[in-house]
Amino acid sequence: MTILYFTLLVLAGAYLAGLIGSLTGLGGGVVIIPLLTLAFHVDIRYAIGAALLASIANSSGAASAYVREGITNIRLGMFLEIATTTGAIAGAFLAVYTPVNTIAILFGVVLLFSSVMTLKKKNERALTAGSPASVRLRLNSSYPTPEGPVGYQLKNVGLGFGLMWIAGIFSGLLGIGSGALKVLAMDSAMRIPFKVSATTSNFMIGVTATASAVVYFQRGYMSAGISFPVVLGVLGGAFTGSKLLTKLDVRVLRYIFSAAIVFVALEMMFNGFNHKF
Amino acid sequence: MKKRDLNDEGIEKLIGIQLRAGVVAASLIVLTGGVMYFLRMKHLPMPQYGHFEGRDEGLNVFKEVWAGVMRGDAGSVIDLGLVVLMATPVLRILFSLVGFVVEKDRLYVMITFVVLLILSFSIFGGIGG
Repeated sequence: MTILYFTLLVLAGAYLAGLIGSLTGLGGGVVIIPLLTLAFHVDIRYAIGAALLASIANSSGAASAYVREGITNIRLGMFLEIATTTGAIAGAFLAVYTPVNTIAILFGVVLLFSSVMTLKKKNERALTAGSPASVRLRLNSSYPTPEGPVGYQLKNVGLGFGLMWIAGIFSGLLGIGSGALKVLAMDSAMRIPFKVSATTSNFMIGVTATASAVVYFQRGYMSAGISFPVVLGVLGGAFTGSKLLTKLDVRVLRYIFSAAIVFVALEMMFNGFNHKF
Repeated sequence: MKKRDLNDEGIEKLIGIQLRAGVVAASLIVLTGGVMYFLRMKHLPMPQYGHFEGRDEGLNVFKEVWAGVMRGDAGSVIDLGLVVLMATPVLRILFSLVGFVVEKDRLYVMITFVVLLILSFSIFGGIGG
């Protein structure tokens, strides 16, 4: 294959990955890594590098809109970033000593978990009495709704912080935003309303991915020839996805993609077990 | 319920603009490098991406990227765009730090500072090489 075909195919694939990632809420990285490794036989380390870069671009692009709407809880994001960035650096460090086939298997496991989590019912109720820690850390806030601002408080700050640390490790090790783990930490443990947790988690992905991306960049995981079509394609696809989201009912799409992702996850695990990476 | 701080909205606006500018700038640089790379290399066979080549230890990658850009190397222009992309969230943390200083929110000045320290460790801590 010439560079001409490779670049155009990856660009088109990345666009689709960005579109699907944005419509399902899984994120572009989850789709681009299997695509690069299974379809193009790219080494998983290059795929992880490119996926991290795509996550930074996606997160920053989407966050710029959410932040201005005042839904994102900047303090909460900043506080939890202590956990996600230390986790991400630990993950990037672990990646060097983890065999690629093990990484592929782990990726499959996280992918399975993510696809199940996207179907889970989201927490939309705001908690009115938070824990003392949430008050001390000034994490309680309010967010705009069509019926005016709604205040919310949160609890289980320590548990949430710990889960975010683990999410950070997976993000650094596998090159994905690990949004599913973050939903578990913020929705299930800290009881944050879904709209706030989704935008705040997206807000954090950029910084979390950067913490491990700079390590990978210096180690040569980022190949210019792969990164440029991936970053531009995923960004374009996510942009289209965000426009479509308001016009489409994505519930059915979500089921279809989640089922498809289960197959991709099994394929990654199967290849990992058979040492195909 | 605690009232939202007056300055929060100012910070939110500023961060929103900064993030967008960072992504747009990074994409344009990556696109420029990408077009250069594409036009020069399109007929060459695709590199052996199935075989992973790490980078040598001890090299200053950021200096190398800049030297490559000066030579007009397409791959280095793409890399420069990627560096701008990675700098965008770091800059966002810096902006938030300024915001919390203006608000005199000492707790969050400290928390933001810790995040900055962690990021500096990953950038300059030498764990990359």
